[in-house]
Amino acid sequence: MEQKKRPLSYYLLAGFFGLFILFLYGPMSAVFILSLQGPEGNLTFPMKGFGFTWMQSVFEEQRVGNFVDSFWRSLALGLIVMVLTVVFSIMSGMAFRSRFKGSNLIFYLTISSLIVPSILISLGIAVVFNLLGLQNAWYTSALGAHLTWTIPFAFLIMLGIFGRFNPAYEEASRDLGASDTTTFWQIVFPLIASSVIGVALLSFTLSYDEFTRTSLASGDTNTLPLEIFGMTTNVTSPALYALGTLTTIFSFALIGLTLLILSYLANHQKKPSRG
Amino acid sequence: MTATPNLPTPLQPVRSSRAKFNWKALQPYLLVSPQTIVLLLFLVLPIAAIITVSFWNFNGYSMIPGFTLVNYITVFTSKVTVATYLNTFKFTIVVWLICLLISYPVAYFLSFHVKTSKWQTILFLICTVPFLTSNIIRMISWIPFLGREGLLNQALMGLNLTDKPIEMFLFSDFSVILAMVHLYALFMVAPIFNSMMRIDRALVSAAEDAGASPFQIQKEVILPLSASGIAIGTIFIITLVMGEFATVRLMGGGQVASVGNLIKNQIGSLQYPLAAANAVILLIITLILVSAILRVVDIRKEL
Repeated sequence: MEQKKRPLSYYLLAGFFGLFILFLYGPMSAVFILSLQGPEGNLTFPMKGFGFTWMQSVFEEQRVGNFVDSFWRSLALGLIVMVLTVVFSIMSGMAFRSRFKGSNLIFYLTISSLIVPSILISLGIAVVFNLLGLQNAWYTSALGAHLTWTIPFAFLIMLGIFGRFNPAYEEASRDLGASDTTTFWQIVFPLIASSVIGVALLSFTLSYDEFTRTSLASGDTNTLPLEIFGMTTNVTSPALYALGTLTTIFSFALIGLTLLILSYLANHQKKPSRG
Repeated sequence: MTATPNLPTPLQPVRSSRAKFNWKALQPYLLVSPQTIVLLLFLVLPIAAIITVSFWNFNGYSMIPGFTLVNYITVFTSKVTVATYLNTFKFTIVVWLICLLISYPVAYFLSFHVKTSKWQTILFLICTVPFLTSNIIRMISWIPFLGREGLLNQALMGLNLTDKPIEMFLFSDFSVILAMVHLYALFMVAPIFNSMMRIDRALVSAAEDAGASPFQIQKEVILPLSASGIAIGTIFIITLVMGEFATVRLMGGGQVASVGNLIKNQIGSLQYPLAAANAVILLIITLILVSAILRVVDIRKEL
């Protein structure tokens, strides 16, 4: 590409892009700053004092809710959703490499799970459990609700990955006498590993932050987003911000960890050239 | 929807022996069964249940199996409910339009002005990270700006533009729309960015060489070729905003109505059949909008 003088439009668009980033991050950074106030701080600027009082208060027993328990609940649920989503979507991805009767139907069934407004899933699962006389719980109804949200994304990504996948490696492996299982674990899985980690992160965060699909299907105990939502109506102290800051730091840490693993994989696994 | 998606090219089945062939034929079905079972149990069955229950009676505290249209009649004859639907459409259209106006230039900048793919990835990731954090927290984060004593009011009072704080920044249509755009813009940016990245740069050069103005290049080349991305983003925004209640509840502070919120309130008072009727209507409207978009724009090549 020849070196041209950057046109005016470049600077205008770059400025617009900068404003967009500010729009995305500005409010969040205000919350971070305000969560580090002293004991007499409140919900708006100016900042009153500095300290970790509100951060500590998150871990103490609260009148309005118990965040520690709901955090562990959301973490466990997120991990279960992540494992199931990754396994199921790899399986479907493998299945969709060949065209089979009914594949279109399953494709549209999966996509429709994205198109149906979330509140319908939540309401529907609540109604089904109600009719069957079952109790809603995070590990049954909410788990199902989360899977309807994570599986379509994971499935679409897997279709993309396997669409670009060169079958020659597997054929070579089979020609050398390897079984299907060996071929999958020795050849296919290492090649898709970095994408699988991306899918895992996406499924976990989609579940960990899910609100609407869980809202009517979580039963007696709340996931973390539901607990925070409940807190917004009756907490007017920076403890709210402190909780927000902590969960956001947790999300950032996960993203950072994933990027580290991915760059580690990229460095230590010389990709064979595509033939 | 009769169109077939672009699926990966099929592998030729190896017909070495009859037993092997049967196994090979069965294999894809075994592989897709977990995903299919999950979707049947938690997507198809719940929607079937909602449709069924929407025709049931309600006696004030529980639902009674039967067949009645009274729930639907209640929805359509209630002025408040119809107004709630119109308000939900208003949110959907406004949020969609703002998201589009923001996302198109952002995606264009990322795909056409950022020259190295390393920087494209980094900048796109920077856009993505906030969307991997909690929606509820991102809504709350507007309080220090929009609240009674928020930065916006402080600034306005500091500039003597107003002498008492303006209440309408928080708990109004304005704050609901602002928060929704903040929450969902990426769902528009990502698909537009994706389709712009696939535009052959030679087409743009050819248009330039043929003497097209920058505006003509946008209108004749880039906009038509990114239409499928815009369509996918539009579908996302419609489905996200139509069923929305958390943002409406939190940022609207009880002053703002939406269908999602209405359904949530009806569940709160155990009026399942009425909530189900509203959910069915919401689903039908959403499906009509989505299929209208699919008619106008061919999104298959994005899949």
